Amino acid sequence: MAHTTEKKGTFLEEVIEATPDGERLVHCLQCGSCGGSCPSGAEMQYTPRTLIAMINAGDRDAVLAANTMWACVSCYLCTTRCPQNIPITDIIYTLKRMSIAEGRYSKTDAPAMAKTFTDFVEMFGRSYEIGLAIGYHAFKRWKPIELMKMGPMGIKMLLRRRMAFIPSKIRQIDQLRAIIKKAKELSAKEQQEAKALRQPTHGH
Amino acid sequence: MKYAYYPGCSAECNAVAYEHSVREVADLLGIKLQTIDDWNCCGATEYFSQDELTACAVIARNLALVEPQLQQLVAPCAACYLNLKKTDKLMADHPDIGAKVNECLAAGGLNYQPGRVRVRHMLDVIVDDIGETAVRDKVVHPLKGLRLAPYYGCQVVRPIEAGDGTEYPMKMDRLLGWLGAEVVDYPAKAHCCGGHMTQISEPQAFELIRRLLYSAEQAKADIIACMCPMCQLNMDGYQGRVNSYFGTDYRLPIIYFTQIVGLAFGIEPKKLGFGKELVAAMPVLKAKMNGQLATSLG
Ligand code: SF4
Ligand code: SF4
Repeated sequence: MAHTTEKKGTFLEEVIEATPDGERLVHCLQCGSCGGSCPSGAEMQYTPRTLIAMINAGDRDAVLAANTMWACVSCYLCTTRCPQNIPITDIIYTLKRMSIAEGRYSKTDAPAMAKTFTDFVEMFGRSYEIGLAIGYHAFKRWKPIELMKMGPMGIKMLLRRRMAFIPSKIRQIDQLRAIIKKAKELSAKEQQEAKALRQPTHGH
Repeated sequence: MKYAYYPGCSAECNAVAYEHSVREVADLLGIKLQTIDDWNCCGATEYFSQDELTACAVIARNLALVEPQLQQLVAPCAACYLNLKKTDKLMADHPDIGAKVNECLAAGGLNYQPGRVRVRHMLDVIVDDIGETAVRDKVVHPLKGLRLAPYYGCQVVRPIEAGDGTEYPMKMDRLLGWLGAEVVDYPAKAHCCGGHMTQISEPQAFELIRRLLYSAEQAKADIIACMCPMCQLNMDGYQGRVNSYFGTDYRLPIIYFTQIVGLAFGIEPKKLGFGKELVAAMPVLKAKMNGQLATSLG
């Protein structure tokens, strides 16, 4: 991650800094292999190829507001097919993090889903399917109707004991929480540093 | 052979059929699985969308808890597998990330030396470490006449290549062939099941699932054999809803590859978790199998 280019403080540099092997970004040929491979391309405002071009062009606001990241299913086809070894899926993860941190996303429940999921991990050390379904659909998403649609399937799952009402919990939950706390502290510090470096973008 | 074992959260409930069949088959093949004591959730993809360091630290706690005398770690779930492998690789390839992750682990009194643990998927262990001869030796009910579609999904195949290519994997094809089954070739075998998209956008997720079912059905598969709890849940649990959404009538049982292996090895179907799937496999198995296996199915 640590390396320097001429473009300190630009959006491109910001994405590169936040993505392992992100420096490959500048080598994009605009060949379109990524977009052509993407199973979710039809759902996306900008295909991965366009998104990469927009990052290179420094179009920060449009990129962070794009729906591309939220349509991505992390299949890694774009990444393994890119002739320039650009870690596209990881770049998309970086953009998700930036978009969530700055509240730039809209029309997607993916951030709420992610937060509900990890809240349970921090509570129990394990994921919790029923809690996730209820907490997310009914409370975070305010779409209890979605929960009802899942009802018949949920009952079948319950009858086959594929869902449990009581979550399991790890013994050393305090240890896990201490690790997470430290990680969040270090990340917050890095985000502050990145923000201080950021050049003002046009139109903002 | 002895391996550390990371069951993953699904093993406890949703994918209990996978968990049981993995253990039954491992026992029979002499694979010793030592569960990591007090393992925690790998975070699926949900931490990576929020904070990379937290994602890695949560995952690395499991790597750090692998007993020092064990060098290999087996995960049956594709998402857990990739998370564990990716974190180890990130820490090894980027010493700055490695140092930061260890700073986090230190807050819990732990440490992980990148590269110390080799992360493997259960399929790789059976195919590469146990191998054809030993597997064939154990087959008591050859699955003759059963048309199986091996489904690999994404995250074991990509982005970290493990000796089977990233486009057109063959390991499960070979394994199912050793069991005597007819392995069908179909283009969607390493396409995406949609992962967590069922929770976020059903139209998008259902279309991805439909494409898989369509492709396997075109190839006249009787059953899809999968290797990840998320893939199983999406194709099996949501198959009914996909049918109502598109007006289709797919009835393809989605079974873990270890359940199929166990069946051929003569392990009792109940012990392998048959019956947990929403689209029932037994009627198909009974119709397609004859002789000894059919009798053993009851
Ligand atoms: S596949 Fe790689 S080089 Fe081609 S357009 Fe996509 S990112 Fe650029
Ligand atoms: S990883 Fe995401 S962007 Fe890349 S091909 Fe898959 S769905 Fe598309």
